[in-house]
Amino acid sequence: MINSLFLISHSGDIFLEKHWKSVISRSVCDYFLEAKEKSGDPENVAPVLQTPHHYLISIYRGKLFFLSVTQTEVPPLFVIEFLHRVADTFQDYFGDCSEVVIKENTVTVYELLEEMLDNGFPLATESNVLKEMIRPPTILRSVVNTLTGGSNVGGTLPTGQLSNVPWRRAGVKYTNNEAYFDVIEEIDAILDKSGTTVFAEIQGVVEACVKLTGMPDLTLSFMNPRLLDDVSFHPCVRFKRWESERVLSFIPPDGNFRLMSYHVSSQNLVAIPVYVKQNISFLETGSCGRLDITIGPKQTMGKTVENLTVTIPMPKSVLSVNLTATQGTYTFDLTTKAVLWDVGKLNPQKLPNLRGSISIQTGAPKPEENPSINIDLKIQQLAISGLKVSRLDMYGEKYKPFKGVKYVTKAGKFQVRT
Amino acid sequence: MTDSKYFTTTKKGEIFELKAELNSDKKEKKKEAVKKVIASMTVGKDVSALFPDVVNCMQTDNLELKKLVYLYLMNYAKSQPDMAIMAVNTFVKDCEDPNPLIRALAVRTMGCIRVDKITEYLCEPLRKCLKDEDPYVRKTAAVCVAKLHDINAQLVEDQGFLDTLKDLISDSNPMVVANAVAALSEIAESHPNSNLLDLNPQTINKLLTALNECTEWGQIFILDCLANYTPRDDRESQSICERVTPRLSHANSAVVLSAVKVLMKFMEMLPKDLDYYGTLLKKLAPPLVTLLSAEPELQYVALRNINLIVQRRPEILKHEMKVFFVKYNDPIYVKLEKLDIMIRLASQANIAQVLAELKEYATEVDVDFVRKAVRAIGRCAIKVEQSAERCVSTLLDLIQTKVNYVVQEAIVVIKDIFRKYPNKYESVIATLCENLDSLDEPEARAAMIWIVGEYAERIDNADELLESFLEGFHDESTQVQLQLLTAIVKLFLKKPTETQELVQQVLSLATQDSDNPDLRDRGYIYWRLLSTDPVAAKEVVLAEKPLISEETDLIEPTLLEELICHIGTLASVYHKPPSAFVEGSRGVQHKRLPGSAGSGETVESPDTGSAAGVSDAPPAVIPSQGDLLGDLLNLDLTPPATTGPPPPATSGMQLGAMDLLGGGLDSLMGDESEPLGGDLGGSLGMGAGFGAPSAAPAASFSAPVSGGLDDLFDLGGGVGMPMGAYSPPKTVWLPATKGKGLEISGTFARRAGVIQMEMTLTNKAMSVMTDFAIQFNRNSFGLAPAGPLQVLTPLSPNQSIEVSLPLNTVGPVMKMDPLNNLQVAVKNNIDVFYFSCQYPISMLFVEDGKMERQVFLATWKDISNDNEAQFQIKDCHLSSDAASNKLQGSNIFTIAKRTVDGQDMLYQSTKLSNGIWVLAELRVQTGNPTFTVCLKCRAPEVSQCVFQSYEAVLKN
Repeated sequence: MINSLFLISHSGDIFLEKHWKSVISRSVCDYFLEAKEKSGDPENVAPVLQTPHHYLISIYRGKLFFLSVTQTEVPPLFVIEFLHRVADTFQDYFGDCSEVVIKENTVTVYELLEEMLDNGFPLATESNVLKEMIRPPTILRSVVNTLTGGSNVGGTLPTGQLSNVPWRRAGVKYTNNEAYFDVIEEIDAILDKSGTTVFAEIQGVVEACVKLTGMPDLTLSFMNPRLLDDVSFHPCVRFKRWESERVLSFIPPDGNFRLMSYHVSSQNLVAIPVYVKQNISFLETGSCGRLDITIGPKQTMGKTVENLTVTIPMPKSVLSVNLTATQGTYTFDLTTKAVLWDVGKLNPQKLPNLRGSISIQTGAPKPEENPSINIDLKIQQLAISGLKVSRLDMYGEKYKPFKGVKYVTKAGKFQVRT
Repeated sequence: MTDSKYFTTTKKGEIFELKAELNSDKKEKKKEAVKKVIASMTVGKDVSALFPDVVNCMQTDNLELKKLVYLYLMNYAKSQPDMAIMAVNTFVKDCEDPNPLIRALAVRTMGCIRVDKITEYLCEPLRKCLKDEDPYVRKTAAVCVAKLHDINAQLVEDQGFLDTLKDLISDSNPMVVANAVAALSEIAESHPNSNLLDLNPQTINKLLTALNECTEWGQIFILDCLANYTPRDDRESQSICERVTPRLSHANSAVVLSAVKVLMKFMEMLPKDLDYYGTLLKKLAPPLVTLLSAEPELQYVALRNINLIVQRRPEILKHEMKVFFVKYNDPIYVKLEKLDIMIRLASQANIAQVLAELKEYATEVDVDFVRKAVRAIGRCAIKVEQSAERCVSTLLDLIQTKVNYVVQEAIVVIKDIFRKYPNKYESVIATLCENLDSLDEPEARAAMIWIVGEYAERIDNADELLESFLEGFHDESTQVQLQLLTAIVKLFLKKPTETQELVQQVLSLATQDSDNPDLRDRGYIYWRLLSTDPVAAKEVVLAEKPLISEETDLIEPTLLEELICHIGTLASVYHKPPSAFVEGSRGVQHKRLPGSAGSGETVESPDTGSAAGVSDAPPAVIPSQGDLLGDLLNLDLTPPATTGPPPPATSGMQLGAMDLLGGGLDSLMGDESEPLGGDLGGSLGMGAGFGAPSAAPAASFSAPVSGGLDDLFDLGGGVGMPMGAYSPPKTVWLPATKGKGLEISGTFARRAGVIQMEMTLTNKAMSVMTDFAIQFNRNSFGLAPAGPLQVLTPLSPNQSIEVSLPLNTVGPVMKMDPLNNLQVAVKNNIDVFYFSCQYPISMLFVEDGKMERQVFLATWKDISNDNEAQFQIKDCHLSSDAASNKLQGSNIFTIAKRTVDGQDMLYQSTKLSNGIWVLAELRVQTGNPTFTVCLKCRAPEVSQCVFQSYEAVLKN
């Protein structure tokens, strides 16, 4: 199981270590730092490394490496999932998961890590359970604590730990009872030069914000559940009901949580909301090139495309660009050589266009690779797969809650090859 | 205010100041001070000097303060073990606290204090907590057993915690079950052969029930544990699969992958014509695809596992090719894995798509990835014949890009395509030749040279091309040099007239100017071939080449099976069996897929059939050495004359003595010798019955005879008296330190046709020893005591006694390593002791071992030369006659003697107690102290031992 955890900044500085079994010298991280050095980009460090006596399993989150050390055969996915959970918890507690924030809250971090793992076995990873034991720091609380000598560690047994619904604590009370659901879909797609879809799929999640008194039992049903053939649920969802009736029946955790994630694969037709007409070319001689990109709406189901941005990572030999945008603004980052074009709202009457010239280092050969165009966008009030919630029912409690569903579609890894 | 304030220091010295604050009367100040200490600790500062002061803060009602002190304790107790004892009382008290949180916290923390002294105090509180009414405490205590086992395994076993832990598997609370399983699995890992997790249908049922209700992490432990179970039949297998399938929809990817492992394994048992089988296959695809939309680290592990799954069951993901298409911003480690799987999934149906993608990748930025993509195109060509033409034209397009490393990779793979489809695509050679100059990597150069040599007859200027390479011959890498040499020889054989000069040049470069032995050797071989027989050379060098295989780097099937059992583990990421890299892998068990349940009626597809065939391979007849200890410990110590149930071994001895060989006991109690160990060649039938127990008592009274007397007999008598067998001097078998004061030294001798085990028992302890008994483990030649150990009087302190134990050879047989190893157990009133000794094999040479001349001659010819072993005996100053006499004393009989060129050849025969004949030729050169023995035997295993006896007899 997990033996130790090291937190390493992206520059290679080990700034926190925690051991759940015997202490392992931090020199073990040298193997990792060496691998990191070799791979150049921190994102390219292989997540599982073997050293003569240990295994190093790491994740890269928020410019930080979470590096765990194990000595025995463990399921690496278990470790990776756990590390992500640790990062999520930090995010949840401190609002951010960065070196500065972690250093500022070392003691809380240490207390949290101690509660999350015992002898390498996960102990309490549900955020509501943790929050009962170790209260998140707030300005008000630290002031109160200093005045009254109070502590931010709970003294009671967290009830959630033991019940059959460990994700929910007992005795929740709200004056305003509300349950909101966000259906968020991301389109992952690869389009080729001519605009035909090479690959497309939709990654969807249903995020919930449930603030309900007592022990409510909810049922969420969809207009078209047949769309969902590949789903993963929060542990609270009763799988049997889903199998037989295709409804989500569950006792919700308190607060924000991800109810379900799903995946609509390329077999079902995935609608592509925009098209891109592009031409990026480099001249054989004269060390310059041309760029011309136009974006237009395709299958938007009558909704408006917003927050449209286009990123084009240029070849390393590109020195500068001189472009004109008919809409929005563009920037060129000299270190990453990326053109970032912030378009904004897509107007179907007047299609945005970016064109101009690219200059290359003199003497450098014509770039070998073709830059690919990455698109980011957002469409409100639309789940592009067509998924629709039909109703939400509550059992087990008497009051009438406020209910609401929001839909939004975003671009995930949406790229156009040139 | 943030925690960073704890790091501010003053000039006075941090430790000093903290010490003062820790001893402050104000509670609040104390707490702040402990926080500062912890903060320093987290960043690796040494604050161990404050140990006593921090421990003093432990007795408090404030839970936060208590937790902080515990944190500190866990970190530093190891360096201050004596101080840590101070904390024990508080722990014990806390374990009785009415608040279960405090009880659990105490037992949890105690387990983390890795100090031997503390563990003793931990036992009682732990025992209570394991039976606590609150499941939260029980669950924490279960993990604590694993911690304690890590510190002191013996203690955990002695205290019976393992049994309590096993009982917790049936606990009513699913969390407790999950933690008990996790703890047991971890303990089992250090005891690979122990049967800690005894899985039977009842426990499986309990686990499956708990599976639905426990946390995601608990589900992982339970699923991994389930995967070790082998269902009795396909129905049970199906019902488990049905109950595990819902886990595929879990949000935690580790749960999903563990569930996939269970399903992949149990699926093996389902008949393929079952509807459910098809349903299950369909259910497996979506979760695997979903794993690929997770974070890149998770994707990587998932991809490594999918790589295995695709090799085992390609049908699961055959329609999902597109999800493996590489995205621009995937990390490189994900890209490379995806590419690998794309090739594995490539088939005629999707090859067009795949090729289009691969071509796209070949223009990406990352050099490693581009190279692999180009190679992948070549692999597609080789795998899918219909696509070969398209692949070749794609590769040609890529060569046109003139990007250096793309061209080089393309040429390397085109070489393979030529080999796979000879005489089909040679038209492209011209294009390849254009790029000759841009090749700077050895592999590409070698590939190009191979192509030129192979198709020399079609390339007009082949000689020029090769000559151009020859200029810098010595600067090339070995690979290129070897290839160039071969290519030029090929060219010469095809166009002998124009290229004579060239071939001479390369041969002289290779043989005379090179330091590389491989190159020189190959050069000489070609040279001689060409100069002696050019026709033969042509046949050798231009021989038809075997086709290269379709799929490259497939994992070998048995390894694949094992890896499938390890899905989701590190082994599956490394694609190596755990035994190859897990530390202390001494006993890692190789896992196998269960065989298909399909009986004679179900039609099995060939692939399951072969899998079942492999996994059902019969266990080796001879148990491995590792099992012997267990076997020995199960021996009963009553003499074999008395029949009756063996007494159970004492509990202390049971340690690790699992009854792996159920048959061990039976065979011991069994009446007849067993048909085991038949590979010793000879029949086990006892020749003349000399080993019968009845012969024993007569000899057992004879006092040990000194070796000198034997020599006298030998020298004087000439004709070997049966009594005069060589007996090595006594050696200490059981030192007094290991025998609780009993020292045993001994030797073996053969007297009057009876094997004697002669021992000196010395009592070096302070008390009288009585009740001696002896027992042997099964051994290669079935040696067994022919009577009880005769120690009639009690052995007083400092007294020695000589005992002679007659042996027979009718005991149970098991091949030992070395062959003449004998494991012995001796019992007295104090304890049972085990030791092993080696007996000279000459003890087993029987008196009627003289073969007839004719028979000898026929047998010598009859035994194949493979069974012949030759040895040298150095520094032996004996004449051939003296040697012959000496050997005869040990029942090695000289049948004939021949003298050739002053060298005496003695032909000898001997027979082992189990009927194996050994024939020998002993060559003695007068004046030369080195003898040569040549042994021939149908059971060549014994040769080494026989030789040792020769040496021992001749030198004594």
